[in-house]
Amino acid sequence: MQGFWEQVWNVRIPIAAVLLFAVGFVTLLLHRNLLKKIIGLNIMDTAAYLMLTSFGYIEGRLSPIIQNGNTDPALYGNPLPAGLVLTGIVVSVSVTAVLLALTVRLYARYHSLNLDEIYAMAQKEHGLG
Amino acid sequence: MIAFFVNFPLFSIVLCLLCAVLCALLKGKAARIVSLSLCGVVAVLAFCVLVYGLQTGAATEYPMGHYPHPWGNELRFGIAEPLVALVFAVVMLLCLIGGKQQLDVDLEPGKRNLYYVMCDLVLVSLLALAYTNDVFTGYVFIEICTIASCGLLMIRQIGRTTLAATRYMIFSLIGSGLFLLGVILLYGVTGQLLMPSLKAAIAALWEGGQYRTALLSAMTLMTVGLAIKSGLFPFHLWMPDTYAYSTPASAGILSGLVSKGYSFLLIKLVFGVFGTDVFYGSGVSNVLYVFGALGIIVGSISAAREKDVFRMIAFSSAAQIGYLYFGIGLTPALGMLAAIFHLLTHAVTKPLLFLAAGQLGEAAGGRLRHTWRGAAHRNRTAGLMFSLGAFSMIGIPLTMGFVSKYRFALAAFERPTLLVVTLIVLAVSTVLNAMYFMRVIIGIYTPVPERRTRMTLREQRPFAVSSLLLALLNLSAGVAAQPLVLLLERGLSLL
Amino acid sequence: MERKRSLKERLRDWDADAFDLTNEIAGPMHPAPAALPERPKDAEPEDALAAEDFRVLRRAYPILAALLGLMTVVFLLVAVFDLPPFGAAGTPTDNEVALRYVRDGMTETGAVNLVAGVILDYRAFDTLGESHVLFTALVAVLILLLKAEDPAIDDEGTLTLRQDRIVTTAASILVPIIVLFGLYVILNGHLGPGGGFSGGAIIGAGLILYAVAFGFSRLETKLNLGSFRIICLAALWFYSLSKCYSFFCGANGLHTVFSPGTPGRILSAGLILPLNAAVGIVVACTMYGLFSLFQRGKI
Repeated sequence: MQGFWEQVWNVRIPIAAVLLFAVGFVTLLLHRNLLKKIIGLNIMDTAAYLMLTSFGYIEGRLSPIIQNGNTDPALYGNPLPAGLVLTGIVVSVSVTAVLLALTVRLYARYHSLNLDEIYAMAQKEHGLG
Repeated sequence: MIAFFVNFPLFSIVLCLLCAVLCALLKGKAARIVSLSLCGVVAVLAFCVLVYGLQTGAATEYPMGHYPHPWGNELRFGIAEPLVALVFAVVMLLCLIGGKQQLDVDLEPGKRNLYYVMCDLVLVSLLALAYTNDVFTGYVFIEICTIASCGLLMIRQIGRTTLAATRYMIFSLIGSGLFLLGVILLYGVTGQLLMPSLKAAIAALWEGGQYRTALLSAMTLMTVGLAIKSGLFPFHLWMPDTYAYSTPASAGILSGLVSKGYSFLLIKLVFGVFGTDVFYGSGVSNVLYVFGALGIIVGSISAAREKDVFRMIAFSSAAQIGYLYFGIGLTPALGMLAAIFHLLTHAVTKPLLFLAAGQLGEAAGGRLRHTWRGAAHRNRTAGLMFSLGAFSMIGIPLTMGFVSKYRFALAAFERPTLLVVTLIVLAVSTVLNAMYFMRVIIGIYTPVPERRTRMTLREQRPFAVSSLLLALLNLSAGVAAQPLVLLLERGLSLL
Repeated sequence: MERKRSLKERLRDWDADAFDLTNEIAGPMHPAPAALPERPKDAEPEDALAAEDFRVLRRAYPILAALLGLMTVVFLLVAVFDLPPFGAAGTPTDNEVALRYVRDGMTETGAVNLVAGVILDYRAFDTLGESHVLFTALVAVLILLLKAEDPAIDDEGTLTLRQDRIVTTAASILVPIIVLFGLYVILNGHLGPGGGFSGGAIIGAGLILYAVAFGFSRLETKLNLGSFRIICLAALWFYSLSKCYSFFCGANGLHTVFSPGTPGRILSAGLILPLNAAVGIVVACTMYGLFSLFQRGKI
């Protein structure tokens, strides 16, 4: 039992990331409001980045910026996850922008943000499901 | 000279990026010319890479920069990658040519060039997915592909496409989110991102029994993510609206190419990252097999129930994606071969169907099956091409579709425990396919007394040329399938 | 006159979907469609069976969704439970890859900021793709929101704040500082924390603040659509071409003309500084462009 809690403590950040991911995922699935869905997607992305960042951290080491020309590998954390997260953030910003633009279009046409209502209206408009 | 061909994947990718940016500055017509020539040039470059691959007979690892794996980004290409890239570029060219008539109507005047920007970006992401040797690069280009396909879809702005695009984006983003999570887990337990290093690390960990749960989950997440993005059952619900309400050229590109790009990446991952032993030993493949089989049946039944012909074709796409994953899940050798052959078949056939359906819909003045009565008499070329595409989907001999069904049946014998199930699924889906496609074909060839003005060949020259070429590709690969199969076999061994 | 609602009430309303912020912001911009077009005449009567399916599905949906969410969480928890410990040395990620980045990163790339070295040199292809993701998003939003050039449309959009003296005064003090800081972050990207993406975002924020405070038309005298496009696209071209050159040289074992220089100097680290500048331009343009498109439907 003690081993179990020890391991939980060892992977506390990934567990936090998973819980955050769950919050985002459930928001995305359960809310019918498009803006809230988009918020949910963003939370999911953030959770993924949290987990990725946690792999770059090594206790007692500095951030990966060389200080005074000292390139001892035991001094610095891993620069790769930070770079990947940077890429990921830009991707999620772009995706959010596109989703929000889609929302603006939908709102302009149907005057609603509720996907069910929009769906019903679209069905009426075109006749077929 | 041939040694220089090794640089061509890099050149084709950079050329696409440059052209995409250039098209944003140009007027619509110039952008169209640039994009069409880009597709042509990329096809030629891909052919050269294919020649290079055949010449060397080995896969080439091409570092992007001064650092080899596991430090720097890399491309990797043998025979299958350039072949797939070649097919993608050619089909995209033919889609853009063949859909010209509707594109002229559907594109808003001020935004014509933007459509071609999106086409170039889809092409570059497909090339990158085919050539990449790095899973994170894969993720970045998956996202480019998602956004650019949303753009292709949205260029025709009726309420229905906006809704479809929103759904498509949400499904797609869940897919890429899961894929990213899988990549992150994989990175967490191996510390690698380049495919060859990942493969070695995974094999070592699997042998040692370390981090098995994490490895298995990462594998599942990546597979599920790609499956959602390519529209495997039960995540196929975004497909009908997405394909059915966009302009025919976009529908062709989205259904024929984009979903295939993701599937090809999965095939690459199975061979290049997970390793066939781990992938097939762990049971992830069986999940794909089951969902593939369900997808085939459900997709075909939904298609048979559909009254809107465009939506019917879209549901049939869901069934074809089912075939792909069915094959991947079946066996690593023949099953995979059947899957990749089917990938090419579908990439060639579905655009033909969508383009022809677009023409027929115009001739009939409606989208529903019962309005299509006699449409083939008004537009003979489109009727002929639609029937040919449908025959290939059903799997009538001499078409490519027949060969891929035959390959699936051969693969079934490689796994005797599942032989009966596999054959039953194949038979049922063939019967269903024949049922719903023949119903449309009989409908469009029904003689009708009232004859509206016929389309002359002159009016639809672009469509006639491109659909003829697509049909020729289909038939030639169907008649002389053996060389292609041999090529793919060699390609798979190099993946 | 309605009583002003407390924050708590507004939050509750927002959660219940009753309080719709978009109505307040976007309402006047998008008048309600006059009437939805009639159903086409040839449409068949709605499929009663399908409607029934749909209703059942809708009732079952929350339960199914919650189950799916729960399953995913349990699955992921089991997966991460197996991960190596957080913050410890010697985990799988602390391997030869990270070792070379840290040990040789500065000599090989010339960048003191190792993250900049990794994303702009070792893994530059990812970053090339990433800046084109931004470009793709910008074009997608253009497709979605760009309005046709029409002189009748009010140039100033809807969210125009009255030219409030507090806002304009604050902006006239802040904008130069923000832009200057953004430039510093970009140009210092290879030496310390920062780089093209963060600096570009800061400059973009500065431009947005300027547009909000003084209106778009004043910014447009300096940065119109033509120059905006050319600057952004030239930056992307420079990025692609220079990286193509360096990839080509790298793969064929040739020497590039860019050398790492003396690490720590402002003019060092070969291509990283110009690439950071290009990325900064792209990001700033994209941020401002997105804001402007959302605000009034054109750049």
